[in-house]
Amino acid sequence: MRLCEVAELTQAEVLTGKELLDREVDKGCGADLLSDVLSVVEENFLLITGMVTPQAVRVAEVMNAAAVLIVRGKCPQDPVIAYADEAGIPLLATQKGMFETCGLLYSRGLRPTRFRRVSEYAG
Amino acid sequence: MSPSTPAKRGRLLYRRTFYVPAGAIADVGAVSTQVRRILRGLGVEPEVVRRVSIICFEGETNIAIFTKGGRITLMVWEDRVELFFSDSGPGIEDLELVRRPGYSTAPDWARELGFGAGMGIPNMEKNADVFVLRSRPGKGTAIRATVWRSRDERKGSGAGTRA
Repeated sequence: MRLCEVAELTQAEVLTGKELLDREVDKGCGADLLSDVLSVVEENFLLITGMVTPQAVRVAEVMNAAAVLIVRGKCPQDPVIAYADEAGIPLLATQKGMFETCGLLYSRGLRPTRFRRVSEYAG
Repeated sequence: MSPSTPAKRGRLLYRRTFYVPAGAIADVGAVSTQVRRILRGLGVEPEVVRRVSIICFEGETNIAIFTKGGRITLMVWEDRVELFFSDSGPGIEDLELVRRPGYSTAPDWARELGFGAGMGIPNMEKNADVFVLRSRPGKGTAIRATVWRSRDERKGSGAGTRA
């Protein structure tokens, strides 16, 4: 699924990265905890989050995520948007909540990322 | 020296130290994203870049949330990448406990920002090939994390770390 389709499906506003909307994503990760995102073992995924902190973008950058989709009508502050722009990470924002957003995208074929399970840390 | 200290071999290609002030929560991740860009610029293998960046992000977060400030030194060798984390306290009382997934002493303000799920040190350890943590309560904590650049020396780090 291309990012422009993600935006259309979730009626999301594109905050930055309009020129990157042809980018393909086939996996998604819905998380509000940084450590959940940091446990993803794949790249090029769509990060779906309620976080609007600078860390939401930085963690996406570190994890080579394809884009960040912010849920529930939140909008990050301008420096966060500017940073995402500079880092080449498209930022999208939808009014829909996390559950509906993930459900919509899943129903159109977006699949979950694999992540390290908590039990794997013990050994 | 610990027995797990990597033998000093390979040439040092790059070294830089970053400072992480206490409580600078808004800047958390700034060092890690810089480290990632430096490593990419040096042509370090993508899987190594990814693992080192994750380790750095977790360590940087811990320094900002829990300590009186500290520093992170990045060293890129021909055969490995190393990160050294050190801080000036308060140190860790129970080393077994912090290695347990889900254990956290993070304050509410950190949790509200999406931090503090208690996976930091386990995730650092999991992404490193060699991980050495030393801490003296009241003094501080020092961590060395090594990621080998050669595939055959890397530990099986679980599914998915992309080549």
